Amino acid sequence: MKGDETHKRFSVARETRASTITLILAVPAIIVLFALPAFASRVLLQELFYVFTMLSLAQLWNLLAGSAGLISVGQQAFVGVGAYALFAFAVIAGLDAVLSIVLSGALAGLVAIPAALIVFRLRGAYFAIGTWVVAEVCRLVLAQVKQLGGGTGTSLPPDVASSIVGLDFVRNFFAVRGPAARDMMVYWLALLLALGTFALVYRLLRSRHGLALSALGDSETAAESTGVDVFRTKFLIYVLTAVATGMVGALIFLQKARISPDAAFSLIDWTAYVIFIVVIGGIGSMEGPIIGVAIFYLLQYYLAALGSWYLMLLGGLAIVLMLFAPSGIWGVISHSLGISLFPVRRRLVTITGSGPEHGGKG
Amino acid sequence: MLGWIDTLLQGILLGGLYSLYATGLSVIFGIMRLVNLAHGDLIVLGAFLILAATSAGVPLIVACAVVVPLMFALGYALQAVLLNRALGRNILPPLLITFGLSIIVQNGLLETFSADTRRLDIGHLQSASLPLGGGIAIGVMPLIGLGAAIAVILLLNALFYRTAVGRAFRATSDDVEIAQLMGINNRSIYALTMGISLAVCALAAFFLGTRANFDPSIGPARLLYAFEAVIIGGLGSLWGTLAGGIVVGLAQTIGAHIDPEWQLLSGHIAFLIVLVIRPRGLFPRAVD
Repeated sequence: MKGDETHKRFSVARETRASTITLILAVPAIIVLFALPAFASRVLLQELFYVFTMLSLAQLWNLLAGSAGLISVGQQAFVGVGAYALFAFAVIAGLDAVLSIVLSGALAGLVAIPAALIVFRLRGAYFAIGTWVVAEVCRLVLAQVKQLGGGTGTSLPPDVASSIVGLDFVRNFFAVRGPAARDMMVYWLALLLALGTFALVYRLLRSRHGLALSALGDSETAAESTGVDVFRTKFLIYVLTAVATGMVGALIFLQKARISPDAAFSLIDWTAYVIFIVVIGGIGSMEGPIIGVAIFYLLQYYLAALGSWYLMLLGGLAIVLMLFAPSGIWGVISHSLGISLFPVRRRLVTITGSGPEHGGKG
Repeated sequence: MLGWIDTLLQGILLGGLYSLYATGLSVIFGIMRLVNLAHGDLIVLGAFLILAATSAGVPLIVACAVVVPLMFALGYALQAVLLNRALGRNILPPLLITFGLSIIVQNGLLETFSADTRRLDIGHLQSASLPLGGGIAIGVMPLIGLGAAIAVILLLNALFYRTAVGRAFRATSDDVEIAQLMGINNRSIYALTMGISLAVCALAAFFLGTRANFDPSIGPARLLYAFEAVIIGGLGSLWGTLAGGIVVGLAQTIGAHIDPEWQLLSGHIAFLIVLVIRPRGLFPRAVD
């Protein structure tokens, strides 16, 4: 922003008053979340573990579908590959559980490279089913691996989860027993992954790749003509998402301590629920998945006992929402109030007024 | 050697069934560029409807004759009431609506009919086969299934290429806006298309239910086979879809012949290989 005549009066900004307030409030909130294991019950930690992992998966799917236009119904492929990789690294290779999570993410990314090269040949809605086929292939291949339990699955030996780096320190520091200390460790890991995923998506959307993505969303042809490499941008997003999804999958199954092909590659658990969270909260915004996961958690808590009626209700809600409010709850709120807590768009603001208030969305 | 010939024959016959699954999907792909994620579950719904009618004492053939038009009406209503509202440049709403529908149909069937496996009983026809000599025999029902797949394609091609309404279908497929300018109501064309798609699903359901056991959970796998057949065959060509179904069927039976556990995997891998070497399918027609 060099100071010539025009730039004295206008400036490009992304921060809004709401976003600054959010940022200030986020710091103590995150501190409280990190300190929570000191006084919260184990049940609460386990519930929050579920919320954080689902939130991470939702942010990642939202990045793929909402920002990059890559509507995948096959993200369970990378949850499952990450989960199985964790078992392979931790049980067969005997590595530390935390290191195994990182390596599992890397492996999921490696699987995503050939997968992307194949399914990127399919466009739009066909891409969606293509990703599903990839997930089926991963499931069927891993069900053949006898060392990992084959089709029926296997359990994580107790010594793996109790060998996490720092577990002994946590146990002594909080004077708790092994399983409680384990719950704390996986809780912190889930919180770290959720924050890391959030930061990754937020930074990515505010980078030049984010700008490229929003250009792609408007018109692929126009974006390409201004120098956006469509394939490279989408490929990068797809592989990055797979790495993070794989890490979340590894962590989920470290906590579950039991794996089977059907559980690790579950379409309902790792894709249908995730899509529901994003769609009800608001696709294409950072705030959407946060609202979505809260609503999903409440529905799950009160109605999951209804079994198949619960699933029908979720399906019905998703349909109604797609028809009447395709931008979700956050879409309705931000449209009517004009606020943005995690702004990724650049706005034009006047400097010569009392402050950065006006300006359209750009 | 004879074992292999038998395997290939079975694969082609299985391909006929997959082609029946896929034809309905191919038609809505071709005309609306719509992907129906509930396609497989709707086939299973058709099978359960036929089953419910026969359990009430209705003869099987009559049950089919009722369920086919019933599924046509369901498809018409589905498109007219739900999916036509979500048309547009954004492919997300129709995709997610059909995804939601898939979950509703699957769990609705589970709630109504339980998770037990069922079968449509056709008496002695079930095991009837034609001996071809040398110890090879082909089942009568699978053969009728392949014949039905071919008949459906002949019928649909006649509809699309020889009738006035068929011209409207093709015009809508080529360019919706121009078709609308010519006075075609694209929404009713779309509703008819979905009706045709589900009517074919009902027919496929009959052959699914008489060939093997079914339960509410098997829909998604049928969707994947159908989708693979459509993409392998090439978008916009129904004969291509038949060929695609046969490729998937052959890949599955050949895989199963080598190791029973490889049956499903080899079908999917055949699809991925075709996607790598011929991304537009074996017989591409439409550009999209």
